[in-house]
Amino acid sequence: MQLFEFKHQFQFIAHRRRAFIVSGLLLLASIGSLAVQGLQLGIDFTGGYLIEVGFEKPVELQPIRDALAGEGYGDAQVQHFGALNDVLVRIAPQAGISSSKLSDQVVRMLDGTFDQKADLRRVEFVGPQVGQELRDQGGVAMLIALLLILGYVAFRFEKRFAVGSVAALIHDVIIVVGVFSVTQIEFDLPVLGALLAVIGYSLNDTIVVFDRIRENFRRQRRGTVEEITNGAINQTLSRTLMTSLTTLVVLLCLDILGGEAIFGFAFALTVGVVVGTYSSIFVASTLLLATGLSRQDMMPVQKEGAEADARP
Amino acid sequence: MNRYPLWKYVLVAAVLAVGIVYALPNVFGQDPAVQVSVKDGDLPADIGSRITRALEGTGIDAAGMRRRGGTMLVRLANDDDQREARKALNDVLGDQYTVALNLVSAAPEWLRAIGGNPLNLGLDLRGGVHFLLEVDMEAAIKGAMEQKVGDFRRYMREQEIRYRGVTLEDQSIRVRFPSAEQRSQAAGLLQDRYDDLDFRNLDDAQQPTLVATMTEKAQKAERDSALQQNITTLRNRVNELGIAEPIVQQQGENRIVVQLPGVQDTTRAKEILGATATLEFRLVSGNPSEWADAERTGNVPFDARLYHRRNGQPILLERDVIVTGDQIEDAAGSFDNRSGSPVVVINLNNAGADRMQEVTSDHVGDQMAVVYIENRVQTKTVDGKEVKQRQRSEEVINVATIRDVLSHRFQIEGLTSSEARDLALLLRAGSLSAPIEIIQERTIGPSLGQDNINKGLMSVTVGLILVLVFMVLYYRAFGVVADLALGANMVLMIAVLSALQATLTLPGIAGIVLTVGMAVDANVLIFERIREELRSGNSIQSSIHAGYDKALGTIADANVTTLIAALVLFLFGTGPVKGFAVTLSIGILTSMFTAIMGTRAVVNLVYGGRRLKRIAI
Repeated sequence: MQLFEFKHQFQFIAHRRRAFIVSGLLLLASIGSLAVQGLQLGIDFTGGYLIEVGFEKPVELQPIRDALAGEGYGDAQVQHFGALNDVLVRIAPQAGISSSKLSDQVVRMLDGTFDQKADLRRVEFVGPQVGQELRDQGGVAMLIALLLILGYVAFRFEKRFAVGSVAALIHDVIIVVGVFSVTQIEFDLPVLGALLAVIGYSLNDTIVVFDRIRENFRRQRRGTVEEITNGAINQTLSRTLMTSLTTLVVLLCLDILGGEAIFGFAFALTVGVVVGTYSSIFVASTLLLATGLSRQDMMPVQKEGAEADARP
Repeated sequence: MNRYPLWKYVLVAAVLAVGIVYALPNVFGQDPAVQVSVKDGDLPADIGSRITRALEGTGIDAAGMRRRGGTMLVRLANDDDQREARKALNDVLGDQYTVALNLVSAAPEWLRAIGGNPLNLGLDLRGGVHFLLEVDMEAAIKGAMEQKVGDFRRYMREQEIRYRGVTLEDQSIRVRFPSAEQRSQAAGLLQDRYDDLDFRNLDDAQQPTLVATMTEKAQKAERDSALQQNITTLRNRVNELGIAEPIVQQQGENRIVVQLPGVQDTTRAKEILGATATLEFRLVSGNPSEWADAERTGNVPFDARLYHRRNGQPILLERDVIVTGDQIEDAAGSFDNRSGSPVVVINLNNAGADRMQEVTSDHVGDQMAVVYIENRVQTKTVDGKEVKQRQRSEEVINVATIRDVLSHRFQIEGLTSSEARDLALLLRAGSLSAPIEIIQERTIGPSLGQDNINKGLMSVTVGLILVLVFMVLYYRAFGVVADLALGANMVLMIAVLSALQATLTLPGIAGIVLTVGMAVDANVLIFERIREELRSGNSIQSSIHAGYDKALGTIADANVTTLIAALVLFLFGTGPVKGFAVTLSIGILTSMFTAIMGTRAVVNLVYGGRRLKRIAI
């Protein structure tokens, strides 16, 4: 079984303008959505309380809302979580009540709302200062990851490759975050972790293509920069799609079977793999060409030096 | 061509064999057990026979018993036996022992002997409570200074230095003097006595003032000790809860992580950990009419402070504290012999006892009040800025006539039975010198934990099967080889995670799932390269050789970059996310071995050195 007839060459580079338009639109939509409606930040970042309670039978939400309002938590968000007998309550940080008391109070209250027992499944409390710290830390982690990758690629390849790959990564991250903004799926700490994994994955794909570009430059004496780059993308296409496919298969399993608790995380990875695959085919190499890559950049410098020394 | 030297085959086989052995404990699972430990010191030598005797009466058979560290683990057949056994042991062994529910590996002895353990499940999988607590360092320093205020007064009185007043402002003590001479005299004496304080003059024309602040070094020492004291106290309290394998750890400069795996009654755990109550003993000042006046007019005598009782009535107490909570050595809830009402019996340490004796000997017949202080810190957002607010609720819970000179041991009355029990528990575990605040909490109920395990396992299984099928369809014989490598990779990952006792979390399982998808990447790279070489018309053997050879650099580069991302995730991630970074990193490393060396060994063994007309790839 083969995905592609090997003789056929797709003209990725020749059509790079289309890729730019697609990416441009996606980026614009992402940034637009982020500016307009922002992200549905999880309590990891906003601080506050999250209480998940399971009932034996499906329950209505309105009695819970009423009961919470009666206790003075009128601003609490109440929703079903995964199933109709699972209820998630979110409450903003409260002044004057300690975390332990609030969650107990809510659980006791939920226990008494219906004529069935409420099983406490999860309580999360994040103080506002911790939320702030996690936000800052997440941003710093992202920057450090990008810088380290920039350094590694520049060291192993060449600085133009580093710029190309990191630009593609930023492209990917913005779009994934954009998808979270458009869908308003909760953006919490695990999702941020998934973003870092997306960076790793997308880069993995890009590196494979870049590796081939470098190899082809050294092997093929003829051909323009565009031709060689296009050839490299085609040669690695089968692998890029194959790996993305196997990864997507398992991620979809996780999306569908993993349950609500892991959904945001798995969803970020899924979107990230799709976008990362797209960008390593259409965006990274195009950006590489945009940096003005030439054949001279790819010639091994050290070897020439060694030959010069060896001359009599 | 394409032959491995013998040692490489042996290496691959050996690594796999070791992997299987260390992954094996997970197959056996875990048995319920109860864990017995002594609150202070070592288990007595005869503990084994005492446990056996205690269980004999209940008809429960212990499936096994062994010592681990300072604890005795009693293995039981099922959960019901476990609960029964805990109850029976609690009754027989008494208060000095902690009997906790636990799980022990059901793996055979030889596996445990070589360090084979099942996976260490994180809180999100086994259920439990995770707290991040912050120690209020400002309050710790302020508290230390507060004690010095009384000290200053006493010392200057002893030395017959005249002063106008001693007050605590923020974190510095201000002493006002009638004249500059007295100030310089006092400064010399105080400086000699307190080497942990810096003194400076505040030149105010009317009132020469001496300002004492804690030295940097002393502040640091105070912070360290506040943190350590809190950790010790939390450990004691956690032990009171009877939980197997709790974690109480310092994090950063002023934070403490508490993890209570498998805890069922989270409410009680939080109550006991979260509250920071302490007591102060003070002499009552004045009489009821003066108290009412002070409440009405706000004029409080200089040596007194206005307090309120539980019913809201005002009362004046002397400024000087007799004894504070940190001088309490032990406290126990009990019932008074005569009245039968609940009491807390308190034992003081020597310093506390001396002071108590000194004060009460002059005041037999006077009244002494017990102030119950609850410290709470809260972070509020005011005008977009986060502000820490300390709330100190002080309540006079008891006023009693001093009937005798008190010393080491005495009792407090006037509590309800549950208050007496809780107060005694808090005091016994040691009182906290600095308030702590829960700044993060994560409680996972046991049912959700099991759910997460099931769903995670399901995802891994289905994903794995799909990828296995896919690879065989696409690469045929080589797909089978890649599948073998994938299976070996799973075994190695589980073996490494088990052997290192790294914590497996739900995102960690996601990491395993992701690794399943990505681990085949190396093989895809190699196989695609082999296909390419075959298409260019190279011989089968040289195509295989070139395929592995050329893909190697690419695989290395691609994996190193993923490792970088995983490393950053590990360094910055917290809790469950860290688990993801760990499994992802381990998965990348083991997959490099299985996908490159492992598959090569199989390919070489099957195809190497033969004349082949065609291969199934």
